[in-house]
Amino acid sequence: MQAVKMVITGPFSAGKTAFIGSVSEIDVVSTERTISNAAERVKDKTTVAMDFGRITVDDDLVLYLFGTPGQRRFDFMWEILSEGMLGFVVLVDSTKPETFREAKRILETFQSYASTPYVVAANKQDHEDAWPPDDLRIILRLDPSVKVLPCVSLQKESVKNVLLELLYSILEQLDKEGSK
Amino acid sequence: MALKGNLSDFTTTQLLNLINLARKTGTLSVQGQDQNTEDVTADISFREGKLIYAELGAQGGSLTQILHRAGKLTEDQARLIHERLQGKTDKQLGHRLIQSKLVTQNDIIQSIRQHVLDVVYGLFTWADGSFKFDTGRLPEASRITIPIDLEMVIMEGSRRLKESEQLQEELPDLDASLRFVDRPDARLRNVNLTVDEWKIVSYVNPKNTIRQIAKANKLDDFQVRRTVYGMMQAGIVELILPKKPEVEEPKKTTRRGRRPEQTVAERKSVVNRLIDRIRSL
Repeated sequence: MQAVKMVITGPFSAGKTAFIGSVSEIDVVSTERTISNAAERVKDKTTVAMDFGRITVDDDLVLYLFGTPGQRRFDFMWEILSEGMLGFVVLVDSTKPETFREAKRILETFQSYASTPYVVAANKQDHEDAWPPDDLRIILRLDPSVKVLPCVSLQKESVKNVLLELLYSILEQLDKEGSK
Repeated sequence: MALKGNLSDFTTTQLLNLINLARKTGTLSVQGQDQNTEDVTADISFREGKLIYAELGAQGGSLTQILHRAGKLTEDQARLIHERLQGKTDKQLGHRLIQSKLVTQNDIIQSIRQHVLDVVYGLFTWADGSFKFDTGRLPEASRITIPIDLEMVIMEGSRRLKESEQLQEELPDLDASLRFVDRPDARLRNVNLTVDEWKIVSYVNPKNTIRQIAKANKLDDFQVRRTVYGMMQAGIVELILPKKPEVEEPKKTTRRGRRPEQTVAERKSVVNRLIDRIRSL
């Protein structure tokens, strides 16, 4: 059985656990804890090590989705989670511009780990205050080749679209490698 | 969808760049504190990515006020015009002023342009303040708008910001105080001081912080830094720094991630199977 993995990363409270939960065939295995830091008490619990979801492809192949811990003090886990990943999704809460700088930092950190393809998912697009993906691209100074996708992590179809776009990007990169 | 946020998360350069690249039309309202730490709102309007108008709080953006601030109208002229031509739009007022040869068309254009740029350049120094971009909202039709390319504004604003930052590096702490140098050299014999320098000289005392001196002389942070820095370079004054505890930044190391060795064809096969599976979910 071959196992491949994708990493879902992004700032604290970006919606990573929900994202994985929307497509995982198992209940997301979360290592959640009650938040102790008052400044980060946006929600009651946060992921302290990782979220873990699974999509079985066939008897020989399984895809694991790993969600990184959102709080900065657990970022030692990022590199461990990124090892051998097929690609990664940077999930951004489009309604929280104060987290965009952190999203950029996370993106750059993951890029430094491996040159795997990635997409940026502009989450919570169903909210009135959400920044449009095109504006996010500009503010995060993303190259035109990077896909910035609208996303609602609670909606399965939306999450599927993000994962498919990431897979298409991975395929394009493999095509380039193959043609060299 | 609304663009909302805080200048502590985005620089003015980033916001203007966004508006320019996205060719946005609307008004950016920023609520913050000016250099005198007073609450103020700046409204900056754009049409298809070009800067067209700006107003800063109670400063007033009427043509009469702008021309007065630009020195094109005296205080008495501005007051009289305000009294006699109340109710006229800026465009009508502009025509009347040109006809009566009080100002030229170029005076009006240049004064409005300078007013708009002053507001926007001022915004570059705001480190904090909530902002909101209202798509489609434009200034009142009575206002005279002048399209200005944002590229130039961003470049000049960034240059000014850089100068301000360099001065901030040289003089990071406005809670430092000043004293006259113990052994002034020959350079002091023929020194000529500007008005701002004289104002500061009169307050030089180890008991007065630079911030207090600035406040007493109604100088903003940038002005006081520039003037004090000039006086330091001239060997007139030197800094007395307040003591602060040192904070050490944590260091981080990174390692390169490992990737499983597979042929491209094998990896493509895996990806295609994943695509099929996710489509079928």
